[in-house]
Amino acid sequence: MSRPTVAFFELASCEGCQLQVANLGEELLAILDRIDLVEFRELLTERPDGPLDIAFVEGSVVNAECEARLHAIRQRSELLIAYGSCATIGGVNAMANGRPISEIQAEVYGDQAERFAAARVRPLHQLVPVDYFIHGCPIYPDELIKVLKAALAHLPYNIPDYAVCVECLLNENVCMYEKKVTCLGPVTRAGCNAWCINNGNVCYGCRGLVSNPNRAGAEAVLSRYHLDSRLIANKMLMYNGALEPTDE
Amino acid sequence: MSRNISINQQFLTRVEGHGHIVVDVKNGILQKGELQIVEAPRFFEALLQGRSIFEAQHITSRICGICACGHSLASIQAAENAIGFLPGEQTQQLRKLLLLMENLDSHLLHIYLLVAPDLLGVDSFLGMMQDHAEAVKRALRMKKQCNTICDILVGRHVHPISCVIGGFTKLPNSRQLETIQTLLEQIKEDLPPTVELVRQFSFPDFIRETEYVALVNDAADYPLLSGDIGSSDGVRMAKEDYRSITNEFVVPHSTAKHARLSRNAYAVGALARFNLNSGKLHPAAQKAAAQIGLRAPCHNPFFNSCAQLVEVVHCTETALQIVERFLAKGIDQSEAVIVGINENRSIPVQAGSGVGAVEVPRGTLFHHYDVDAKGIIQKADCVIPTGQNLQNIEDDMQKLVPEILHKTDKEITLALEMLVRAYDPCISCSTHFLKIEFIGR
Ligand code: SF4
Ligand code: SF4
Ligand code: SF4
Repeated sequence: MSRPTVAFFELASCEGCQLQVANLGEELLAILDRIDLVEFRELLTERPDGPLDIAFVEGSVVNAECEARLHAIRQRSELLIAYGSCATIGGVNAMANGRPISEIQAEVYGDQAERFAAARVRPLHQLVPVDYFIHGCPIYPDELIKVLKAALAHLPYNIPDYAVCVECLLNENVCMYEKKVTCLGPVTRAGCNAWCINNGNVCYGCRGLVSNPNRAGAEAVLSRYHLDSRLIANKMLMYNGALEPTDE
Repeated sequence: MSRNISINQQFLTRVEGHGHIVVDVKNGILQKGELQIVEAPRFFEALLQGRSIFEAQHITSRICGICACGHSLASIQAAENAIGFLPGEQTQQLRKLLLLMENLDSHLLHIYLLVAPDLLGVDSFLGMMQDHAEAVKRALRMKKQCNTICDILVGRHVHPISCVIGGFTKLPNSRQLETIQTLLEQIKEDLPPTVELVRQFSFPDFIRETEYVALVNDAADYPLLSGDIGSSDGVRMAKEDYRSITNEFVVPHSTAKHARLSRNAYAVGALARFNLNSGKLHPAAQKAAAQIGLRAPCHNPFFNSCAQLVEVVHCTETALQIVERFLAKGIDQSEAVIVGINENRSIPVQAGSGVGAVEVPRGTLFHHYDVDAKGIIQKADCVIPTGQNLQNIEDDMQKLVPEILHKTDKEITLALEMLVRAYDPCISCSTHFLKIEFIGR
């Protein structure tokens, strides 16, 4: 049996999720034995345009060019994997959705702003069907391997739909709320093994909201600390600025 | 010789981010030599406005996955300057260790996986698996070791979790320090074959004198995390004055001069640092430079990869020294901080303006924030190394193309790709990029 063809693409991103692949170390070589990696612009020169078994797409859609590229990738790919939070939920890019685009463009590009047509920041599934989602900013390497295995076997992959707090408690961390700082763990979907809290920081919500977040409750908890309401909104919107009502 | 060449190399590969090379030669005369940037815009500076200064590190780290720690450190430095916070010695040493690891990791990726394929005549690192499998394995092994060290220090390399304003939310214990030491010793064992690999490369013979810019200081250490801005043309200024060099970017597009200091263009990065500060490198790094025949001042941009190699040795040795000092003295765990967005008011905040200047893998990175008395960002500015190098790359292209006109289109394209790759451009840091493309045409 010939090895399945796999490619990596990026739209608007920091390329950090792709870098996680190079960071796998020698484990990467074992994976490369099982797949035929045909496109990975960051590392490879080859750029064939044929059909693909699996396309990993990193980054958000921010303009018409991204949109056209995404449709072209979808057309030639059997399976499409939204890779990292920029692609699955809009991620940090979608903070831009909180302000009028024209205002932001003017801010960054001054009187050159009109040269850079940008639209609302969108995750991939708002434009094309997506077969697998790998959340996280960056993705959690263990989950990448799990999803790749599932995709190679054409099996479904179930993303945990409980809060980061569950994993956090299993790691026996002292809750950040006891240390008088706010944490988005209660409303954020698990799957990262509470990465940030294990390292002494709070959860910033990078994997997106659980499907039934008690958001009002979370906001009440957050406001208990007498934070400016704008700061609370900012906190909730750091990763979730591209959410549409149908996404919840 | 009269000859027409039109090269439009779309989607330059093996660089971070999207770049196009455009060359147009008519009747043997170069009409156009450009590196066009087509990165999708991400608007980071505007996103920061109105947010807490305590969120800036988390957000700006996401400008670039490759320099995630460098952006974090520049962001933290600018923020701490703005609010008037002074980090302690332990924090500064740990930050330096982190930066050394990132520069090491990035240089290894560049030398082994992005540049070596060109010089070994293969298409990519996959092609190297045939005849140079050992080198690929070594590269992946060393990268993994760097990565593991970053995991211990800050949770992960992309994107660091525990380095924040005020210090670190988690500090390594002595067992972890020993692990870091062991990993660094292992990396050190792989240095001789790494030096040997680069020694065997033969780089294109091309010279163009330009101005080199990097941090400089009056202390004995190779400046990476602090210092003034210095140049090979004798300029020295405080980092707070960075705009007087980089502001050239926003001149009206009728003038051709952007990112200029004393000449039409300047270069930042490993070669600039080497040219300005080679005397301060660790002795082992100086020895490596002698082995591969790199001497300051060097005006061949392709030799940037050689300067990176010299820094690979420097980073490994200096990191080892820092870890050994920590092992001898111990880490004061009571310095760990819990900050969040400073809900607990653990860090005093005042209104102000601050600049961070850090030598990241590709050159000097500047972050600049103005904050109000509550620590809310009023204005943010980030100037990335590749943006500063763009004019210099184009000036190189303008000189290089006429010198190699007798070659085939394919060879010219490869030479230009190699030139651009030598600078290790990181185009994903698009915050300031798009400004540049249209200026001066
Ligand atoms: S999800 Fe985060 S790490 Fe991944 S590409 Fe986007 S910004 Fe980078
Ligand atoms: S620290 Fe955060 S993730 Fe952990 S239990 Fe508390 S709220 Fe939940
Ligand atoms: S703890 Fe929160 S912010 Fe950190 S990786 Fe997990 S989901 Fe993302």
